[in-house]
Amino acid sequence: MSARSSLLASLAGAAAVVSVLLVALNGASGAPMLALAGLTLIGAAGLSILRPAATLMASGIAAHLGALALLTALDERAGQAGAGFWCLTVASWLTAWLFVQTMAGVTPASGQRRRLLQLAVPLVFGLWLVLLWEILVRGFAVPPVLLPPPSAIWVRLVSSTGTLAADFRQTFKAVLAGYAIGCGSGFLVAILVDRVPFLRRGLLPIGNLVSALPIVGVAPIMVMWFGFDWPSKAAVVVVMTFFPMLVNTVAGLAAAGHMERDLMRTYAAGYGQSLLKLRLPAALPFVFNALKINSTLALIGAIVAEFFGTPIVGMGFRISTEVGRMNIDMVWAEIAVAAAAGSLFYAIVSLTERAFTFWHPSYR
Amino acid sequence: MSIGRTAEPGAGIGYEGGPNVASRLMEGRAGAILVVCAAIVVVWYLGAVYLNAPFASETLARAGDYSTGQLIHETLNQERPVLPSPHQVAAEIWKTTAGVKPTSKRSLLYHAWITLSSTLTGFVFGTILGIVLAIGIVHSRTLDMSLMPWVIASQTIPILAIAPMIVVVLAAIGVTGLLPKAVISTYLSFFPVAVGVVKGLRSPDPMHLDLMRTYNASRAQIFRKLRWPSALPFLFTSMKIGIAASLVGAIVGEMPTGAVAGLGARLLSGSYYGQTVQIWSALIAASVMAGVLVGMVGLGQGFVQRRMGGQE
Repeated sequence: MSARSSLLASLAGAAAVVSVLLVALNGASGAPMLALAGLTLIGAAGLSILRPAATLMASGIAAHLGALALLTALDERAGQAGAGFWCLTVASWLTAWLFVQTMAGVTPASGQRRRLLQLAVPLVFGLWLVLLWEILVRGFAVPPVLLPPPSAIWVRLVSSTGTLAADFRQTFKAVLAGYAIGCGSGFLVAILVDRVPFLRRGLLPIGNLVSALPIVGVAPIMVMWFGFDWPSKAAVVVVMTFFPMLVNTVAGLAAAGHMERDLMRTYAAGYGQSLLKLRLPAALPFVFNALKINSTLALIGAIVAEFFGTPIVGMGFRISTEVGRMNIDMVWAEIAVAAAAGSLFYAIVSLTERAFTFWHPSYR
Repeated sequence: MSIGRTAEPGAGIGYEGGPNVASRLMEGRAGAILVVCAAIVVVWYLGAVYLNAPFASETLARAGDYSTGQLIHETLNQERPVLPSPHQVAAEIWKTTAGVKPTSKRSLLYHAWITLSSTLTGFVFGTILGIVLAIGIVHSRTLDMSLMPWVIASQTIPILAIAPMIVVVLAAIGVTGLLPKAVISTYLSFFPVAVGVVKGLRSPDPMHLDLMRTYNASRAQIFRKLRWPSALPFLFTSMKIGIAASLVGAIVGEMPTGAVAGLGARLLSGSYYGQTVQIWSALIAASVMAGVLVGMVGLGQGFVQRRMGGQE
């Protein structure tokens, strides 16, 4: 077992010993459960040091049992958790860290197991971030307007699905319309720019400059031109997604190799034929790169544009009004929905990319 | 045409002299950019006339008959136009930069400085955070497997959307002014820097890494002498993206809570009071600032590259 892992295990064991002693001395409600969890952690730490092969199972089981005990004990101790509670938290956290570290060091046999591991390590890491958030916020009785615990956010999310669904529908009308128009027009202008070299020299530097500018600033102007409803948000998304698509597609159209282009000339292929059969397929990796970037930009653009005036539904509207009413758990629920929707959108674009550009070296 | 000498291009078709300035300009980038900019200004003027015409024709009709020339003049000089004309925006920018003292609250320079200070603070913190994260990810397998997916996932959270929450929550604990906006800018700029520097720190040739191992170099020495210098081009490219993102973060951080100072606040107050020209002048000022900041990072990149002996 590496020096770092043994250090972690010994620290975890020491913290667990201290916590068991403190909990036993304190004798508050729920003490037996916490003491039991502490003893499990001591056992896991000892087992890890004595038999390194058992570290993975031992630390995994003990850390999560400790978390379970801490969460159950939180109900009675909110705001007045004693030193024993906190020592147990430290011990569980260190054991979880040992678990993640051991998992990351495993060299799995098959490709499928490797993919499983690559998924499991960040998931456990994320799970423990959420657990620590919950324990720290409820243990220290942090005011809910400052940072609500994940359990409160979950409760709010589950009880407001109607509102969240309506907001999601309104915002995604703007996102999808703007995404389609922006990416489509960027693509067409890129083909035009490719056809007319003068435009490429003139338009592309300006396009590079504009993509660095704070485009969200045009939101009030778009509201003035297109009204309060979702078309103005779609217009903001169009402006935001146009330039990345233009720049990337122009780069992609130049990506077809010289030999391949010469081959098309030997076949007496016209501009349209070589565009359709060679240059566009070769440009697809770049186009999908832009589509992935634009999927995040579109969502951000639509939500921020809704800060500037929207009918009484929409994610940006809900966030800004709930912030004003200090319902921060609703804001976090809205953010969770937006993050999940954005990840789903990105995942769909990535899967489409894999379907169309399976031949690219990055997939082999 | 004499034998033994290559003819000038176009020499056989009765074309005398070398390429003149005009054709050289049109064949290069500068000419094309100038033409496109001129075209944009022309389209802007036409758009201003078209969009302002309804309101302008109403105003003029109330005063009696009017000619087309008068209509065009009215559309280009309205007080609250739907689309201000370029000279209106230029006049407003001139009025608020050179026409007032830089310390007054009506000066665009004052507002630009407020936005710039939170941008730069957030950018510096974000870059440092990104570099530290990248070094950790490259040197520790645990951090690589557990943290990197979350760094990427953090960008699916629309931080600009929760900018109001961050500002309000920090205000509730008494932190106002520069710091909340700097937090938003930090969040937006750490991601490009982290991803870019990770890529850069992993970019040295495997043969060079092997060479360092034959010299019995420690991990710190390999980092200092090999990984860091090869990461610098990636760092600067990411810093350009990061500083543009920081500026957007600072502007959006000023918008939601009715802040009173900064370019975002000017955008907001312009939209509340219908001062279209103010909105456009703030937007142009923000764009110029973005261009200048990215250019300065580019200059820094050139300077460092020359010092390191790299080729342009």
